[in-house]
Amino acid sequence: MTKQEALFEFLLRKADDSLILGHRLSEWCGHGPILEEDIALTNIALDLIGQATELYKYAAEVEGKGRTEDDLAFLRLEKEYKNVLLVEQPNGDFGKTIVRQFFFDQFENLLFQSLTESKDEHLAAIASKTILEIRYHLKHSSEWMIRLGDGTEESHERVQDSVNDLARFIDVLFFQDEVDEILIQEGIIPDVKKLRAEFDKNIDEVLSEATLHLPKENWQREGGRKGIHSEHLGYLLTELQYMQRAYPGMEW
Amino acid sequence: MKTTKEITTEYIWELLSEVPDPEVPAVSVVDLGVIHEVNELQNGSWDIKMTPTYTGCPATNFMALEIQSRLKKEGIHSKVDIVLSPAWTTDRISEEGKRKLKEFGITPPQEGGDVSSLFGKGPDIPCPRCESVNTRLISQFGSTACKAHYQCNDCHEPFDYFKCHK
Repeated sequence: MTKQEALFEFLLRKADDSLILGHRLSEWCGHGPILEEDIALTNIALDLIGQATELYKYAAEVEGKGRTEDDLAFLRLEKEYKNVLLVEQPNGDFGKTIVRQFFFDQFENLLFQSLTESKDEHLAAIASKTILEIRYHLKHSSEWMIRLGDGTEESHERVQDSVNDLARFIDVLFFQDEVDEILIQEGIIPDVKKLRAEFDKNIDEVLSEATLHLPKENWQREGGRKGIHSEHLGYLLTELQYMQRAYPGMEW
Repeated sequence: MKTTKEITTEYIWELLSEVPDPEVPAVSVVDLGVIHEVNELQNGSWDIKMTPTYTGCPATNFMALEIQSRLKKEGIHSKVDIVLSPAWTTDRISEEGKRKLKEFGITPPQEGGDVSSLFGKGPDIPCPRCESVNTRLISQFGSTACKAHYQCNDCHEPFDYFKCHK
């Protein structure tokens, strides 16, 4: 695998994470528990889709085969999407959406902070731009973790159930293979293994404030980065890709 | 209409300062600080380097169109390049821009505090109407990506706050 191929694959993985989670959050549009949260979740969706656009654009450029960001976002099959399993999980109740976002934001915050120092200038520019947005997302999801976890008996129970359910998708955020090894060697991406201790500490800090805890039995799932997905992604893509499938090449 | 010779970089900046931000029309794209550079090209057209406020800001393309059509009115052809680096921060909003924001009823970005800190205290956010700092956060995410929603506890005015972003 060449450096160029590795970079393309890495950009695609991160773009897919942002696109799929952005799409999931956009499903809340008009369904938020309160107006402010309806607006907040769709604001975050907009940021994520904006980030995905920048990453896809750059991926298309690196690939150099004449594909555009739209081709990458809309015209691939399920197994060609390389997002982590966490982001494709259904919204569930509001608490579950927050838990999913919280795990993701904690990881993104550390990853993109490191990427601002990437030796790849374009990637560093994207990271410098997006880290500012990610910090607001993280603050939002962390505050809600505390409010729900340390809230009523019911909110506590429901959000703890979601923590128990989604904790099995944490390790996979730190997935590494040949792609990562090549890029770490080149100083383009950080070795995420070295971010794990800080990630765990940051998660613990909020969970303990929220009177929540990670489950003891924490059997981990994997697959997303290799294109093996849960049943949920196919349904999501059906909706995401509908317009381009029905009216190929459509623009507005 | 000016002849090609009379069209200077300063003149282009002047025209750009007449292009309003589509979402906050009180400030121009120059006040907002999204224009990085203006350069004349060999064929006599102009290249405008613009940076988005937020990556997903839906107004970015619209701003580019507005810029092109404003210049075209003066017979000037231009293209707008969207550049990511250096990243836009709220420090790029001019003093004039901050004053206009406040007049418009939007509290401009305030210094101090750490936006990412979960437990630390951020800066005081004054009400644009009565100046009281006895205000409360309603939602970190307001009517556009760049604003948060606040309410004044003294005069009860609900208002937008242009979030500090740097």
